[in-house]
Amino acid sequence: MSEQNNKRWFSLNLGKAKKQEFYSCSCGKTAGSCGSHEEAKDGFDQVFDVKMNRRTAFKQLTASLMIGAGAVSTSCSMIAGNDRKEKAQIDWEEQFKGNYKLMTVEEKKATVDRLVRSYQLRKGKTISMSSKDAEEGVLFGYAFNISKCQGYMDCVNACVEENNQDRNSQMQYIRIHEMKDGKGFNFNEADDNYYHEVPAEGHFYMGTQCFHCDNPPCVEVCPVQATWREEDGLVVVDYDWCVGCRYCMAACPYDGRRFNWSTPEVPEEEVNKDQHYLGNRMRKKGVMEKCTFCVQRSRAGKNPACVDACPTGARIFGNLLDPNSTIRWVLENKKVFRLKEDLGTEPKFWYFMD
Amino acid sequence: MRRLKVFTSLIKDSLDSTTQGSKKYHIWMAFLTFIMLVGMYCYSIQLEYGLSVTGMTDRVSWGLYISNFTFLVGVAAAAVMLVMPTYVLKDIDFKQAVLIGEGLAVAALIMCLAFVVADMGGPSVLWHMIPGIGVFNFPNSMLTWDVIVLNGYLFLNISIPFYILFRRYQGKTPNPKIYVPGAILSVFWAVAIHLVTAFLYQGLQARPFWNNALLGPRFLASAFAAGPALIILVLAVIRTFTSFSIEDKTIKKIGMIVTVAAQINLIMLVSELFKEFYAPTHHSESAYYLFFGLHGKTALLPWIWTAIPLNVLATVILTFGKLRNNFKVLYVACFILFVAIWIEKGFGLIVPGFIPGPYGKIAEYTPTGIEIGVTLGIWALGAFIFTILAKTAIKIETGKLQFKKK
Repeated sequence: MSEQNNKRWFSLNLGKAKKQEFYSCSCGKTAGSCGSHEEAKDGFDQVFDVKMNRRTAFKQLTASLMIGAGAVSTSCSMIAGNDRKEKAQIDWEEQFKGNYKLMTVEEKKATVDRLVRSYQLRKGKTISMSSKDAEEGVLFGYAFNISKCQGYMDCVNACVEENNQDRNSQMQYIRIHEMKDGKGFNFNEADDNYYHEVPAEGHFYMGTQCFHCDNPPCVEVCPVQATWREEDGLVVVDYDWCVGCRYCMAACPYDGRRFNWSTPEVPEEEVNKDQHYLGNRMRKKGVMEKCTFCVQRSRAGKNPACVDACPTGARIFGNLLDPNSTIRWVLENKKVFRLKEDLGTEPKFWYFMD
Repeated sequence: MRRLKVFTSLIKDSLDSTTQGSKKYHIWMAFLTFIMLVGMYCYSIQLEYGLSVTGMTDRVSWGLYISNFTFLVGVAAAAVMLVMPTYVLKDIDFKQAVLIGEGLAVAALIMCLAFVVADMGGPSVLWHMIPGIGVFNFPNSMLTWDVIVLNGYLFLNISIPFYILFRRYQGKTPNPKIYVPGAILSVFWAVAIHLVTAFLYQGLQARPFWNNALLGPRFLASAFAAGPALIILVLAVIRTFTSFSIEDKTIKKIGMIVTVAAQINLIMLVSELFKEFYAPTHHSESAYYLFFGLHGKTALLPWIWTAIPLNVLATVILTFGKLRNNFKVLYVACFILFVAIWIEKGFGLIVPGFIPGPYGKIAEYTPTGIEIGVTLGIWALGAFIFTILAKTAIKIETGKLQFKKK
């Protein structure tokens, strides 16, 4: 509960204090002590809680499950090449792996290795994929300077390229709302899909994306815990565990989530090969995705792509628990506010003006 | 061992009875099969290209599938309206109708599950939702509650009629001590399935149109109007085409249930409209969109302005005893009430929840042909299942189908 004690920003306390306990431990257990992290087991081990290794468990499953029969026949085929066999083996293990949130460090590493190898087999290129966990004493926060933003949308472009978003449907995590001067923050009359020269006369700009709420409604509603809040405050999705029911999308008050309505396509030469399991690795059709504050960058000590791309310096990112960080300076010295605070979602995304 | 023998004989006999019938019956079944095949073809396209073949987008992320799911949960819940008086209050009038009602519930539940699966982005990883093998986010996610109550209700509605029919099949009388507790449980369970489904929407602070304390009770009222209305229509068909005798008294009593539920539903509708339009706030925009359109976007207007007059008309007709007791009028009233509630509880509830979006964006939704094809296919599946169940049940009930009576 260290983050609770160190919390220095305004909180709307809607009696959610009790719920915070759920988030105090990333092992996903709502009961029991955190000392039992090693015992956290994924779906398979929970069922086959016997002394057998993963491979044997999968063999058992093979016998009992009719689904995936095609994969079995491929992997058993005598004429299939070694590569094909390996690919089938990987696909099989990927299909029946557990929830990333509940995986042990070794299991996380194993699935990352499989995904890297699978990409190598399919495309002949090597990607680097991280499974770096949250660091202690880090809680990410974001601030947006409304006075500075001119609506150039460089952040949007950088985000799309960094995070390997589907180019076909032009998926964008960030929306820049063009608002009329003198109307206040009137989202109803704002335009989030403009195609003209900016800054437009008599307008100001405001960006929205996933706010990485401290009390995220999307996490509560997910029927399979495919989305959760990490220890450093990032709300992430396990793309392989998501069943695509889109309940989280209905639950998000900030339009922060995106769905892959068809197979996402990124031209091979544009693929960002510096990836994180929870971040910009390639997605498949029928799963949710969202802004992760560029987990592959932020956990490596860098700023998210949108922050670095912004030509006006309107975007500020940093560790809320570090008293010397810029974000803390902004929160302490500027008149900050957040959107829809009355909903009790506690976003970690503040707006301010010069 | 004997039971197993009876069971295999029952399966064989029911297979015989469902594959034989009049010409009309065969045409009906062939028609349903054709629609189902079309639906499966449409679904195969959806599987290949993803949900992008539907009209849904990031702005309106639930559409026709979830609308039908919501409505059908109500139809399934309505079986209880017949179960309660028959088994618990020992009202003999309903006994004929109750097996039909439960059969309808089974068909509706299977359709519900089919609609949910059709709406999933990843049907191949649905096992993630199975408790034990997957990770079940219980009790936090209302969707997990819904999975439990729907499947539990399906089990109850299969097991109770099965027990009764299994006994009848052997020429024995069912033991009330065994099925009455189950029936009482299913009474509470039926309320639970619809309330939990309402909570699925009601619990979202992001969507003010749903985040409304009246949503749950209104779900119940509309369900107990639309469900029994459908049962009346089905009983009318069964009376015409089979030798299964259903007394006028039974239909009149169900008509009474429909009437009261429709009246309560209308009162709640007035209350909702008053709240939205007397002192409209920012949160009334979805209702404005639904009833009057926003900024020239009016896709739902024809739907809701069909539903509301039909709803009022049906309720008024049903309210007058003279009209209600005239069966021809009753059937018409039930039909238009069913259609009105299907629109209101489906399209009229789900789609406006997303419009305007979280930041006021108005993006409209129109289902595509593929979506409609899958939807029709699932409805045909429901009708198919119900026909099979009803045909077997009626044969056993009328004593035509009995163990070793060949």
